[in-house]
Formats: sequence, C-alpha cells, structure tokens
Amino acid sequence: MTVNDQVLSYPIPNDAALDPPAEWAELRARCPVAHVTLPSGDGATLLTRYEDVKQVLADPRFTRQLNAPDAARLSADGGGVFSSEMATIIPDSGEEHQHWRRLVGKWFTAKRMNAMRPAMIRIAEDLIDDMVKRGAPGDLRASLGFPLPVYVICDMLGVPAADRDRFSYWSDTLLNLTRYGKDEIEAAQGEFFQYMSDLVARKRAEPGDDLLSELIAVGGPEDGGLSDIQILVTGMALLVAGHETTANMIGKMVSMLLADRSRWERLLADPSLIRTTVEESLRFDANSGFGLPRYLNAETEVSGTVLPRGTTVVCSMAAANRDETAFENAAEMDLTRSPNPHLAFGSGAHSCLGQALARTELQVVLEVLLRRLPTLELAVPVEELERVEGLAVGGLREVPVRW
Amino acid sequence: MKVIVDEAKCCGAGQCVLIAPEVFDQRDEDGIVVLLEPEPAEDRHSAVREAAAVCPGAAIQLAEGS
Repeated sequence: MTVNDQVLSYPIPNDAALDPPAEWAELRARCPVAHVTLPSGDGATLLTRYEDVKQVLADPRFTRQLNAPDAARLSADGGGVFSSEMATIIPDSGEEHQHWRRLVGKWFTAKRMNAMRPAMIRIAEDLIDDMVKRGAPGDLRASLGFPLPVYVICDMLGVPAADRDRFSYWSDTLLNLTRYGKDEIEAAQGEFFQYMSDLVARKRAEPGDDLLSELIAVGGPEDGGLSDIQILVTGMALLVAGHETTANMIGKMVSMLLADRSRWERLLADPSLIRTTVEESLRFDANSGFGLPRYLNAETEVSGTVLPRGTTVVCSMAAANRDETAFENAAEMDLTRSPNPHLAFGSGAHSCLGQALARTELQVVLEVLLRRLPTLELAVPVEELERVEGLAVGGLREVPVRW
Repeated sequence: MKVIVDEAKCCGAGQCVLIAPEVFDQRDEDGIVVLLEPEPAEDRHSAVREAAAVCPGAAIQLAEGS
C-alpha cells in the first residue's frame, strides 16, 4: 500500500530517534499535499515539499487562527499551544502583528545576543562542571540541555532564579499534545497565568533591567506600547518558546554529532565549523516535532491541488528540510553546508522571533562542550536513544554521555 | 555588487548580522535591518550572498555585476 491509498496518522510514528520516517520521501515525491488524521481524529492537509512549506508559511492567507470553528483540533481535548486563548491575544497579522513583533524583537537582535554570550558561556561552564562532578555517565539533556535555555530566558524576562523550575511543568502542559487531560492543562495554565500576572505587577512596582520592565515602561496602547494582558501573554509565550525548543535541540544536536563520532572529531580539529554545524543540525533534525499548523481563510492552490477555505494545513519543516530538490545530498549531514536556508525557524513575517537567541545558545553549548569535554561520547548505542512522545516540540528522553 | 534591503519585509531574525556584520546591522529600537555598506567590497560578497540566501523574510536583494 502506498501513501496515496490510505489516510496517514499524523504525527507519523517513527521508532528511530534521529532518522526521518520513510514516508517523508514518498510523500514529497508522490503526494506533496496529503490528507492526514490528527490525534484528535480531525482531518488536515500535510505539506512536505520545501517550496510548498516555504510559500505557505510566508503567505498571510494561511493564518494562525486555529481556534476557528471549522479548524481541525490537534488533540482530542482541543488543548495545546496552537489553539490556546493565548494565541489570540498577541496580534496575528498585519500592522498590529508587525508592531508587536518590533516592540519585542528589539530584545532578540544579533547584537544583544552577542552581548549575552559571556553570560551564556558561564552558565554552560557551570552546568558542565556540575555534570562532571556527578561523574560519568551523565544525562546531557537534564544536566545541560534543559537548564541552560531556561536560565537564559528567565534572566531576560527578570524571573527570579528560584522560580525557574516551575516553568518546566507549565510549558510541558502547553506543548504536550497527548499526555495531559483537559483539567490538568487548564489548572496548569491558571497557575502560570497567575504567576505571570503577579510578576508583571511586581515589575510595575519595582522595574528591573529586563524585557518585561521595559515593555511596561513603553506605556499602554495609547503610547505605542502593549496592553497589560498583552504584556502578560507575551511573557508567557516567550518563556514557553524559549524553553523547550532549544532545550530539546541541544540534546538532539549533540546526539547527531556523536552518533557518527567523525563529526565530533572534525569539529575538534576545526572549531570554525561551529556556526555552519549548528545550522546543519537544525536542518537535519528529523525529530523536530509537530510542525506548524495553519488555517486557510481563502481558497488557494498548493502544488497543483486546490485547497478550500477552512482547510487546516500542517507544514512539516523537518520533511521540507530533507527535500533533495532544495538541498544537495539532503540525506547527508554536511557540517560545512552553506548557504543553508533551512526552515527550522519557519519563514516569512512569523519566522521564529527568538532565532538569534537559539542560534547563539546552540553555538555556545557546542563551543564549551568541545573545549571542556573533547572526549565526549554517547554512553549508549544510538539505537537506544528514545524520542519524547506527544510533544509539539520533538526531543529525546535522555542523552546518556561519558567523557 | 549592490545590496538592497526591504525594511517592510524584514522580520528581525538577525541572520544577516550574524553572517556579515560589516555589511548589515539591526536598529536598536526594533531590530529592523540597517544597511551599512550598499556596495560591499569583493571579499565580503560570499558572506552577503549567504545572508541573502538565508534571510527568512527574503528582505535582501542583490544586483550582481557591473
């Protein structure tokens, strides 16, 4: 049976932790606009070709209004990050979105990220020291991958260090599409909302040198700033977005490099390849998660197929990043690949706001690991690495390493 | 080589600044691209081409040749 004759379940089940499912190549070749069934049972349209995914992500007719009455629900409870009420408070499109984006975007410029590098290096070194003290083997995911991005985004937002750990649970309930029930998700969201609401009130009373304080200082909408609720939701969105995505990517990147240790050795010999290696790891990540859903508010055509208004489209950036028509030797991990216009951060006006932050964190982690633990290797055969199931963002359950 | 940037398309990703910091910068107030060198020297052409190729907003246009 081929992909043309059946309705695929999406996400496509895959046992190999680092390799893409066989269906991707077949979908790109024969069924680039595929009908799939989501965990909720609702139908959606899956796109896997590079050109299609890139075009759709940059096309304003493909909206983020996943709460529309006829939009497909991703999970059975209709919960999850894409359809939460949060998504409706930050302007979705047009000038209002651009205004929001620019107000917040100034915090994520390349220059600011470079200025944060020394602090990130210190965090990475401290976390690696702690892992080494505990002795090999260690879990790189729990020791380094998870804490580093949380510490960095909490510092940017002015969240006290003592409160960092609570975010793991809150963001997990938002990002996990299958693990939690509706009540549990709602309770966690309520706590998270209350926490951020208190934090914003504290920042208003006692401003600090952080993103939330500065957003408050701009004033309300009448002064060109954001409303209270928008500031609060922006803070929640940045904490969630800045947490699990990069955290998982650190574990996956290091695993991919150690899975074929000649890659690691090449970097040891030539650390100038760190920048292109980070980009290639982002492109090569076959376990990047759900992809990006979009809701179509006008009939349009993709790869010769007419999609009616009301269609929910899922863009698989990870499948698009393996498209042979866009990347030479797409199935090879090439640490020198350049240019590397991968779609891991999306494309167009909504492409990831925090991408310079993520890139800098990934570069710093690699740089410090190569310097401090050059003998690093996986402590289990690569076949034993296990995926985290059900997350909007894909990751590995553990990354056991020794050195 | 002539470089043209489209501020309206710029999404502030900062890739151009990370790749070719002598040619591109971002405004402090909103992260939008600033073109430092509209006609960059030859030794920067390859970095500028890479920056244009990976810009997620397709906001960098290049006019190559004379």
